[in-house]
Amino acid sequence: MAEKAKVAFYWCASCGGCEEAVVDLAEDILQVVDKAEIVFWPVAMDFKREDVESLKDEEILVTFINGAVRTSEQEEMVRLLRKKSKILIAFGSCAYTGGVPGLANSYSREEILSFYYKDGDTVFNPDNKRPTPHFIEGNFAFEIPEFYERVYAVDQVVDVDYYIPGCAPTRKVVKNSIDALFSSQIPPKGSVLGASSRSLCSECPLNETKPEKIYLKSFKRIDKSQPESDKCLLIQGYPCLGPVTRGGCEALCVKANYPCTGCFGPVDGVKDYGAKAISFLSSIIDSIDEKEIEKIIDEGLSNPLAIVYRYSLPKSLIFDTKIKKNGG
Amino acid sequence: MEHKITIDPITRLEGHGKIEIFLDEKGNVEKAFLVVPELRGFEIFVKGKPAEDMPIITPRICGVCPTAHHMASTKALDDLYKTQPPSPAKKLREMLYNMFMLEDHALHVYVLGGPDFIVGPKAKKSERNVLGVIQKVGLEVGKKVISMRREIRELMTLLAGKVIHPAWGVPGGVTRGIKKDEKENFVKVAEKGVEFALFTLKVFKDIVLSNKEYVDLILSDAYTHRTYYMGLVDENKKLNFYDGKIRVVDPDGKEYALFDVRNYRDHIAEHVENWTYIKFPFLKKVGWKGFVDGKDSGVYSVAPLARLNACDGISTPKAQEAYEEFYKNLGGKPVHHTLANHWARVVEMIYAAERFLELAKDPEITSDNIRKIPTETPTVGIGVVEAPRGTLIHHYETNEKGYITKANLIVATQNNSARISMSIDKAARNLIKEGKYDEGILNMIEMAFRAYDPCHACGTHSLPGNIPVLINIRNKDGKIIETIKNFE
Repeated sequence: MAEKAKVAFYWCASCGGCEEAVVDLAEDILQVVDKAEIVFWPVAMDFKREDVESLKDEEILVTFINGAVRTSEQEEMVRLLRKKSKILIAFGSCAYTGGVPGLANSYSREEILSFYYKDGDTVFNPDNKRPTPHFIEGNFAFEIPEFYERVYAVDQVVDVDYYIPGCAPTRKVVKNSIDALFSSQIPPKGSVLGASSRSLCSECPLNETKPEKIYLKSFKRIDKSQPESDKCLLIQGYPCLGPVTRGGCEALCVKANYPCTGCFGPVDGVKDYGAKAISFLSSIIDSIDEKEIEKIIDEGLSNPLAIVYRYSLPKSLIFDTKIKKNGG
Repeated sequence: MEHKITIDPITRLEGHGKIEIFLDEKGNVEKAFLVVPELRGFEIFVKGKPAEDMPIITPRICGVCPTAHHMASTKALDDLYKTQPPSPAKKLREMLYNMFMLEDHALHVYVLGGPDFIVGPKAKKSERNVLGVIQKVGLEVGKKVISMRREIRELMTLLAGKVIHPAWGVPGGVTRGIKKDEKENFVKVAEKGVEFALFTLKVFKDIVLSNKEYVDLILSDAYTHRTYYMGLVDENKKLNFYDGKIRVVDPDGKEYALFDVRNYRDHIAEHVENWTYIKFPFLKKVGWKGFVDGKDSGVYSVAPLARLNACDGISTPKAQEAYEEFYKNLGGKPVHHTLANHWARVVEMIYAAERFLELAKDPEITSDNIRKIPTETPTVGIGVVEAPRGTLIHHYETNEKGYITKANLIVATQNNSARISMSIDKAARNLIKEGKYDEGILNMIEMAFRAYDPCHACGTHSLPGNIPVLINIRNKDGKIIETIKNFE
């Protein structure tokens, strides 16, 4: 490459774990630095928004965005980076499917603000103050971003070219993704990079203990039971989401004897991960009696939506819409 | 003429913190504010979720310190289900926790805050980063830091599933133990960890403490606040990261309170402002008196310096030695100099490494008795740990089936938010006089800010480690009349 490709990283509503995942590349990152010129990485480097604004449209080859979109500031930055980038990648669960912050979509903005600044156990707010986007004190105006009514995945705000799954993506997945991007064969648009195209079970060390068909009379919760470490977690009764979750993480949680919570998202061809997961869990219930089914769900899965949408509520059918003006 | 100065740490656009300074008519500082422009709403959206999911969901608050949230959450579940883990499980948890404290503190020392001192407060910005540190201490040391971090994080992955984010803690124990043939590797890495922490102390002493200019800076009034301090202590009032009671000492160093975390609401309250999404915790019984220090103000501080001030010593020998040396050199307890946090952090690294080694060698550590399965009906659970950035409290309430009905969290950095604002305010007042200021303010404010290792700047947990700062000076119509910045 005569001229180094320009690369940018950005984070929205996120925890910093995706940034740590990049740092965990350690010496591998030098290889990236060798191939690319990083023009924007707020976490690690000194470039500002103006530097991005001054670039030509599509001058950046690849932008990696992690985190979901919840504030006006995040929306503006995502739109700006889309304009300046040839390829835009949603990095990690929050950017890809809304992630854990996306769980907030079950609650209104007002419920959140009321708890934080008024009703919370430890709040002491006799003057009834509340963070205000355009707040004026004396002659001076404070600006804080608008807190939107709901959380968006990045592709609900702008067009996304590729996705990198995981909460957070593992070192191996990040490295595979970068290799894929810089390889001679560019993957088709919309691909999920770096991970497996098969479900987690195919790489799970417990897979050989999993029978062809599974029928369960009850589900177990881990709060009051301990999984056996040498037997498929699902046949033990835990709602392990391995069968409907994309592989590529090397079954790290299962190796720690913990059921898969689904952070790598759906396999190819599935749009609504939670719907797929819930239909899978229903299909393994060994009963046709409605009362019995109700009882099985109530005892082991009494809030099934919480289990299947841990990382993807904003991409569920109910919420899968493009952003509107003012995040409404 | 009135001015508003906006200092954008690199994280403004990223939603993690900016500073606003207001000047009065004479051009002196009227007020300086730390503004955190982000909120995610965890306490609300966890409602209705199964309690056992909390150690999975809450680490997503912070991917830099997920282990801290995972552990505070798991401990809250113990309390919720009225169970205690068997001794080996407790030891495993405490061991993982100390591994995490060691690698996280090391990151700060070498990559983030450390460059201020190791490379030098007056060094060029372009050199005040991890690469500058490597230049100063040698490439071999750089490699040592990278490999130490990697080795510890790989063992954490083995034990707890993922390092970002763990899947391991359950009420009454953990899901995976250490196999007999894995133990040796933990001991080996722990031994290396102790050696590495002691080496870090030597680096700090050689470079920082032998330089009078640096020491004067640490001791200078600009970085001094006489506040209360909070930290966890064990039954002998010694430092502990994983468990114990919360102890608060007053600005004279005298014990002000010693309480079980279950009573945190009697002691901690949160003040709200209009201009930031972050809240400002304070000591409830002392009261909120504004952003001021002293005995009458409820402002308190957490994290390494606060923890050393709040305990009566350290239970491991090498760390105790380093602790005594720390106070001997800084004029006894308590120390009020914010920049001493860097030194305190190195002392804590030694403790974390020594405790990691003690636990790795413990005969019980390979036991398969790692879980006491709860039988009680869950009601209310409150858990606490010391995160690298301070006291971290998780409080949950559930229905009888164990589904969350209420959650309240006091997150580590948040405890420091008032004092961080005060440090910024003081630095601004010292440097802006009658409308005159120079670029030194950038440096000073940056250092005041970074000493706390604040999580809303947890973006700085990465390569170059300096916080690029841009100051826009605006007239009262908001038009920029001058811009100064600390980067090219």
